[in-house]
Amino acid sequence: MRKIKEFIIEKLILLCGLASVFFVVLIFIFLIKEGLALFRVVSPLDFLFGKSWYPISEPAQLGILPLILGSLLVTFGAALISVPIGVGCAIYIAEVAPGKIKELLKVGIELLAAIPSVVIGFIGMVTLVPLVKNVFHLPTGLTALSGSIMLAFMAMPTIVSIAEDALYAVPKSYREGAFALGATHWQTIWRVSLPAASSGILAAVMLGIGRVIGETMAVMMITGNAAVIPQSILQPVRTLTATIAAEMGEAVVGSEHYFALFAIGVVLFVISFIINVSADLFLHRNK
Amino acid sequence: MKRNPLRTQKIAFSFLLFSTLLIVLPVGFIVAEIIIKGLPAINWQYLSDMPRQGMRAGGILPAIVGTLYLVSGAIIFALPIGVLAAIYLSEYAKDNLRNRMIKLSIVNLSGVPSVVYGLFGLALFVVFFKFGVSILSGSLTLGIMILPIIITASREALEAVPQSFREVSLSLGASKWQTIRNIVLPNAISGILTGTILGLGRAAGETAPILFTVAAFYLPRLPKSIFDQAMALPYHLYVISTQVPNVDEKIRYGTAFVLLVMVLFMNLVAIIIRSQFRKKKKW
Repeated sequence: MRKIKEFIIEKLILLCGLASVFFVVLIFIFLIKEGLALFRVVSPLDFLFGKSWYPISEPAQLGILPLILGSLLVTFGAALISVPIGVGCAIYIAEVAPGKIKELLKVGIELLAAIPSVVIGFIGMVTLVPLVKNVFHLPTGLTALSGSIMLAFMAMPTIVSIAEDALYAVPKSYREGAFALGATHWQTIWRVSLPAASSGILAAVMLGIGRVIGETMAVMMITGNAAVIPQSILQPVRTLTATIAAEMGEAVVGSEHYFALFAIGVVLFVISFIINVSADLFLHRNK
Repeated sequence: MKRNPLRTQKIAFSFLLFSTLLIVLPVGFIVAEIIIKGLPAINWQYLSDMPRQGMRAGGILPAIVGTLYLVSGAIIFALPIGVLAAIYLSEYAKDNLRNRMIKLSIVNLSGVPSVVYGLFGLALFVVFFKFGVSILSGSLTLGIMILPIIITASREALEAVPQSFREVSLSLGASKWQTIRNIVLPNAISGILTGTILGLGRAAGETAPILFTVAAFYLPRLPKSIFDQAMALPYHLYVISTQVPNVDEKIRYGTAFVLLVMVLFMNLVAIIIRSQFRKKKKW
């Protein structure tokens, strides 16, 4: 009797262990199922490289190039801001900060990661957007630049905590060796710790960027949502994620528009898949 | 001129400190801004009243209740699956292809953009299973989203229990499951609790997954069943900041304040439990 009970419990545990695989596959199947339906009416090339996104005009034009470029522009801007600052902060926490301050900073970074994106978006709307508008004398402050700045704050906690872990994992003996040879603290960091932790730091940067590409609410609230090919960082843009979030509410289930939004979901899923798998490879390479 | 290594170090360290401040100060500003402008809006009426006049007056009770329902639903779904999956990974799994697949899937689940979870929830729960736009659909979507958080934290906690504990229990004649239930789980409980609370915080703050699966724009009553739509705090904040014109700034900040306090409080509790546990650790 006890054996049967154990058997059932162990099977249940295995089943739950496999649940994550099941859900990933399920997500992919359901995105593909709805997304592929689009390609009966629009060719994949026209979808990916079409220059206009007018989903509700007659006939609908469903080219997502402006959205892809919008996502890339905002992400690139956010990476430009968050990577140097995030890595710098990670080095400070891991190598320079004294004990108590270090713990305090780590808690702070963790709390920053916890701030909901809609709150970041709200704060960006009421503080940064008017500021950008006034500084650059623009008709609207809802621009790619505002989006990049706020999103940088969403990427930073990811970058800081993973890069800090990578630096922490560098064996102490490496540093002691460098010190024994007469290197200064900074020379040790620059020539020894950073190269030793480089693949972890690269993974941190990639995961930070992944977080920015997938970010939805903040970006929808502050980038202005104009689905045109962006010419400058001081223009409103629309990202892939914001398009789904803003338009799915109005799209009729089973319509071309509905399928197109799912196809965008497939694109996002594939991007996040590539980023996460390669970051995971980098993270485990040095172990 | 030869470069002076100590001066280089000074410059480099100032840059590091500067980047840290560039993160810390804006974050301090964000939190302070919301507290200073949000706190005056908070009173009993604001927390316990229905929204009125198209959300321009009254309170946010249905949004608070909706979020509590969603978060409870998500955790009821994700906690058992997550803990059992963590037990599998820490106690049963060997290093083979199947388990590398599992680990890869967990990494992936945690990286899927939140709006894609929303699409998935819409296609699977709302349309395919015909749960409709409901608390049930939203909770399940959020539950899948927080699964990797619970699995990762629980697994770390389980793996931190020393191998010798298990060996002693097994040598006394306990079966593998008895060992897990009576020895491993009790020693890992605070880590599991930490992961659960972090998952709760994440579920409470996310907006994109609930956009098309549960969120009601304006519903000035409490939900009646799990098949009912509901308002939720993060979505409510989005709505009153972008969709409804002429909302008093105080009301917006008040909503942001309640949401932020809720989420930060949960995270602080999780951090405190974790550090208490690390201090008390017996091994």
